[in-house]
Amino acid sequence: MSTPYAKLPAWADYGLIPVINLFVAFVVAGLVVLLVGENPLRAAAVLVEGAFGRGQGIAFTLFYATTFIFSGLSVAVAAHCGLFNIGGEGQGYIAGLGIGIVCLAFDSVLPWWLTFPLAIVAAAAMGALWALIPAYLQAKRGSHIVITTIMFNFIAASVMVYALVGVLKPAGSMAPQTRTFLDGAQLPKLNWVIELFGAKIRSAPFNVSFLLALAMAFLVWVLIWRTRFGYEMRTYGHSPKAARYAGISETRIIIMAMMISGALAGMMALNPTMGDQHNVALDFVSGAGFVGIAVALMGRLHPVGIVLAAILFGMLYQGGAELAFEMPAISRDMIVIIQGLVILFAGALEHMFRPYVQALFASLSPRTVGMEAVKGKGA
Amino acid sequence: MAQAAIELIGINKSFGAVRANRDINLEIVRGTIHGIVGENGAGKSTLMSILYGFYQADSGEIHVGGQPASIKSPNDAIALGIGMVHQHFMLVDNFTVLENVILGAESDALLKKSIAKARSELERLEREYGLEVDPDAIIEELPVGLQQRVEILKALYRGAEILILDEPTGVLTPAEADHLFRILKQLKEQGKTVVLITHKLREIMAITDTVSVMRQGTMVATRETKKTTVGELAELMVGRRVLLRVEKGEAEAGGVKLAVKNLTVKDSRGVTVVDDISFDVRAGEIVGIAGVAGNGQSEMLEAISGIRRAVSGSVMLDGKPIDLTGAADPGELRDRGLAHVPEDRHHVGLVLAFEENENSILGYHDHPRYLRGPFLNVDAIRDDARDRIAKYDIRPADCRLKTANFSGGNQQKIVLAREMEQDPGVLIVGQPTRGVDVGAIEFIHKRLIAMRDQGKAVLVVSVELDEIRSLSDRILVMFAGRIVGERGPEATEGELGLLMAGVEHQEAAQ
Repeated sequence: MSTPYAKLPAWADYGLIPVINLFVAFVVAGLVVLLVGENPLRAAAVLVEGAFGRGQGIAFTLFYATTFIFSGLSVAVAAHCGLFNIGGEGQGYIAGLGIGIVCLAFDSVLPWWLTFPLAIVAAAAMGALWALIPAYLQAKRGSHIVITTIMFNFIAASVMVYALVGVLKPAGSMAPQTRTFLDGAQLPKLNWVIELFGAKIRSAPFNVSFLLALAMAFLVWVLIWRTRFGYEMRTYGHSPKAARYAGISETRIIIMAMMISGALAGMMALNPTMGDQHNVALDFVSGAGFVGIAVALMGRLHPVGIVLAAILFGMLYQGGAELAFEMPAISRDMIVIIQGLVILFAGALEHMFRPYVQALFASLSPRTVGMEAVKGKGA
Repeated sequence: MAQAAIELIGINKSFGAVRANRDINLEIVRGTIHGIVGENGAGKSTLMSILYGFYQADSGEIHVGGQPASIKSPNDAIALGIGMVHQHFMLVDNFTVLENVILGAESDALLKKSIAKARSELERLEREYGLEVDPDAIIEELPVGLQQRVEILKALYRGAEILILDEPTGVLTPAEADHLFRILKQLKEQGKTVVLITHKLREIMAITDTVSVMRQGTMVATRETKKTTVGELAELMVGRRVLLRVEKGEAEAGGVKLAVKNLTVKDSRGVTVVDDISFDVRAGEIVGIAGVAGNGQSEMLEAISGIRRAVSGSVMLDGKPIDLTGAADPGELRDRGLAHVPEDRHHVGLVLAFEENENSILGYHDHPRYLRGPFLNVDAIRDDARDRIAKYDIRPADCRLKTANFSGGNQQKIVLAREMEQDPGVLIVGQPTRGVDVGAIEFIHKRLIAMRDQGKAVLVVSVELDEIRSLSDRILVMFAGRIVGERGPEATEGELGLLMAGVEHQEAAQ
């Protein structure tokens, strides 16, 4: 009959609360920095400066963000269907196999703009396939998707080690990676866009897969809120019983949603391979699939939020690298702690400050939360 | 002697734009049973939540036993001797009665001592108030009536002098409800104060001493129960005259529209819950299924609508048989003209997190009218939703509002509007007015009768005997998974009650 929390204006709900959460995360991170004997304010300045201060930093931030947009969208699609896809890491990694095969086969014959679509299809197909098996087991056998997708991360890692150490490695090479792709499988950089605004960039891997990521964000929005399939997915995600009542097939919806989720996770492999390193190397995903979980949660499972959260995490990656360089006392592991705190406060403890913000709004200006001014004695 | 146990002065409480309580003044006299009635959303539960410390009033004062009290949490309320029995029980299912009673009120770090102490205390309470429960029984093995008794014991064990019961009879059989009322009377005789929140006026008349009526967040009247009538209370609740009994003409039943044949359903544990039942519903009649909750009605509805797989049986829709034992698809049945208003609108009939307009197509989302290729035709969906909001007087009239923000009656109207507007040949309705306020009940009943008069076959399952009697042209009584009798609408409550209790046909006829 009544909601436990009073409603907040939309700007506070979607703007103020995430900012407060972030702020608290940084305050706690600041304490950790203080603990290792560095100045937290200077650390924050280095971090932000490193991420956005120069064109070079911005390009790297957006490069990292590209991968996180894909992995965040992947988690969000599954989550709208009530499924927790933890397997983005493995789905992205195995997609590298598809990309590798396509690129090695066509980079000498086709221009990049023909190789790219083929690689997109290959990456999406491999990711979808890797998600299909856990999805089938969930739908038909009731095996828990969280467990099976985690297990498939390990299987993917093993398969990739096998492929990169044996099959895909050029003869005579010592490194567990494919040969370097030729021009026909190298994605054009987008650094010139940033340079239009007057910034200078030496070299940065920011590339056209960023545009693909934005296009996917839009398509995911269309899928979830504007298609029949998205409607069925959300129905199932909120209430499996209502889905049954509405005649929606549980098996079909689980398998399709997971395959779309897997396809998106697969596409995240395009950015580091074709966009940056121009090869497929061991461990090239390096945790981006897991970061996607935090990105999706922080972005409230909405594509716009996910793009913004991905840029935030891109900033933490890029700024963090600068920080580790500038302040030797702050190691790479410290950066992981800071990222963990952001995930903790923005994701897991998302609603911690909500009641206080609401109380504040209610007492400061009752009208904004829809109350008439309270007359009479105070409680 | 007429000392106030609780006094509320000028209580105000708002949730967002909704003023749930405005300037409430209420005095509850010690040692009485005080009823609070009102439609859903009138603010009864909010007021009691404030009293029990779940919510803080925006302004106003609470006096307990003549002293101003500050109740910031349920712990404060308990310390002041206020106990609450919730509509949805707050019990740990796999704990014993004793363990549940002491939960959170353990007297010692070691459980053994607490349990021994609680055992003797429980025995005393049982003696004094006639609250017999086996202290070592596991909660999930107890019927709901006994579970509720455990809730009452919990409150008394914590020293409650004032007991608040929120819609206590919603889940009880008539016999269990009677027993509850005897317990409440006994509590009263022992000097306890009871506050009873309900929207069932008959209960108010049966056991309360005083009754207060709430409407749209305000306290509109307080009456001595002896000096008021059901009619007056209903009028006060709704703010206008209410027809307590639906007016309807004679049924003009036509051919058989829905025939259920040899339906048998087992639950997940393999127990037969619906046992080989067959019946017909003809065009232009309302068939009511009466029965105490849990006698297979829910499973029968789910099987007929294709949600639950049957062990055997089929339905004939318009002369075409559909087997219910295979993977019967609710979508297919819907396409064949069977509309279904499920019993559980919160989890089955609606997705509460959806906007109203999104729920207005649930189950019909594959209808070509709502699609453009694979895309939803949002304009058509919202247009239809707005039309229905107007036609069914759904409030607030906002098709973009989240469904969870509508009151129970309006949520039910959303489901009914969706199912009725598809112009189905057969309409099956589970608990048409559960948790729905008086004004909406009248509206829903009129709509169901209008469906009948249009020549539709209507099947109504309800645990409210009054509702079955006033709506139905024929009444089937279900007991232990079987149909144990058929009666006309003129059947007396006593006669149906005996059938519902499983007493044999011959005895019932005497």
